[in-house]
Amino acid sequence: MDQAYDDAALARIFRDEYGRVVASLARRFGDLDIAEEAAGEALVVAVEKWAADGIPPNPGGWLTTTAGNKALDRLRRESLRDAKHQAALMITDDTPPEPTGPVEDDRLRLVFTCCHPALPPEARVALTLRLLGGLTVPEIARAFFVAEPAMGQRITRAKAKIKAAHIPFKVPAVADLPARLDAVLAVVYLVFNEGYLAGEGDSPTRVDLSDEAIRLARILRQLLPREPEVAGLLALLLLTDARRASRFAGGELVPLSEQDRAGWDRSLIEEGHALVRECLATNRPGRYQILAAINAVHTDAARAADTDWLQVLALYDQLQRIDPGPVVALNRAVAVAEVDGPDVALAIVDRLPLTTYHAWHATRAELLRRVGRSAEAREEYDAAVAATGNAAEQAYLTRRRRQLV
Amino acid sequence: MTQYLMSVHGTEADHDMTTGGGYGSPEAMREAMAETDRYNKRLQAEGYWVFAGGLKGPSTATVVDGQGAQPVVTDGPYLESKEHIGGFWIIEAPDLDTALALAADASKACRGKVEVRPFEG
Repeated sequence: MDQAYDDAALARIFRDEYGRVVASLARRFGDLDIAEEAAGEALVVAVEKWAADGIPPNPGGWLTTTAGNKALDRLRRESLRDAKHQAALMITDDTPPEPTGPVEDDRLRLVFTCCHPALPPEARVALTLRLLGGLTVPEIARAFFVAEPAMGQRITRAKAKIKAAHIPFKVPAVADLPARLDAVLAVVYLVFNEGYLAGEGDSPTRVDLSDEAIRLARILRQLLPREPEVAGLLALLLLTDARRASRFAGGELVPLSEQDRAGWDRSLIEEGHALVRECLATNRPGRYQILAAINAVHTDAARAADTDWLQVLALYDQLQRIDPGPVVALNRAVAVAEVDGPDVALAIVDRLPLTTYHAWHATRAELLRRVGRSAEAREEYDAAVAATGNAAEQAYLTRRRRQLV
Repeated sequence: MTQYLMSVHGTEADHDMTTGGGYGSPEAMREAMAETDRYNKRLQAEGYWVFAGGLKGPSTATVVDGQGAQPVVTDGPYLESKEHIGGFWIIEAPDLDTALALAADASKACRGKVEVRPFEG
């Protein structure tokens, strides 16, 4: 017996190994449904067997072998029932055992299948969490506040399209890799933000999406160690998550400038900084790397007043060249306010077509306050409160509005 | 191998040789057709080709309902839409990624968006 048997250990193993088992079976049998069902059956067997015998030394290998046998059993049963599947009788277990070492091709193939551009974005997120992250359909449904049958249907439809349209189970060609990887990173970033922006008041049963996203980013980092954008995304998530505990106080959002920096997670920050240094050395900048570098500058400052805003602004200038969208321009304007003054920043913000975006109103309200246009600032705080659904942010904005003179 | 339908949609006006329809000019239309011909030859040379063809305008379509005792014949296309299928390819490819790459080139050649859809079986 290698590890103590308890429900928590079991749940952790299942979640960690699920993606590996499904990926391996999907490659071997070319069918996600067979892979998933067999993986599910193997988990049932594991619950019974491990309770009696303890957890085996290589639980992932054990689950993959057991699931592989279950899949073969099923194919044989079905082929006996249905003459159309006679060919399946020929299937024998002749594939070499999967290496459990650094070669992780199957999981990498699975990520690209789950995040294929031919699937709708919301289905990519759900499939990735289900197949790679090992979350259950009810867990994913709860996390995204979607009814369980609807989430189940979303996943089923996506799997049916993968099968019908022959979306391949392979790592894209080198020429397509940057664009395809971008779609994968976007899914992970979206999962993180979904968890991060939701803020407080989560029900205890709700899966923490930020943790899941970091786990997915770590898997990607392991699978694609030489892709700087993968390192950049992981660094960005770690440096953002490091501030999680300080982001809320008494049900109210605490902005970066007012956060208790002693409450930041130093080990996450150090890990994030190391990744950012690695990205700088690689010198193939991209969106996530620049965002990570901006967060590295913030987490480098012992006090808010020590922030190197010139550096932050230079990074935003670089980001804007890659991504000239209005949201980047809005965030850049916050740095402009620190370097060139709030009036210069306000002139930029006023031109941005983001009138339905709560952060635009909130940023504008702060800038109006700083240039002394209190009446307009008050209106902007009201607009920001109306545009956000997050109670902690509403509480913060309401307090800021009250403090206007 | 899977067979995929790659279809292109457009309006009645796109079929007008005298104006060049959605292509802008008769000249641009001829260019697109020449490029599509070259693309088709490539599909044949590379072994993806099953069939392809351009259709006459939707106003030339007729709908037949043969489910009743007597067939009912109606003038015009089946869908009540401004845009109708204008042409299509049937290709055979190992997977969707290959089909999507071929569709991207098809789209460039014919100057239109291409819908890719797998056949049953």
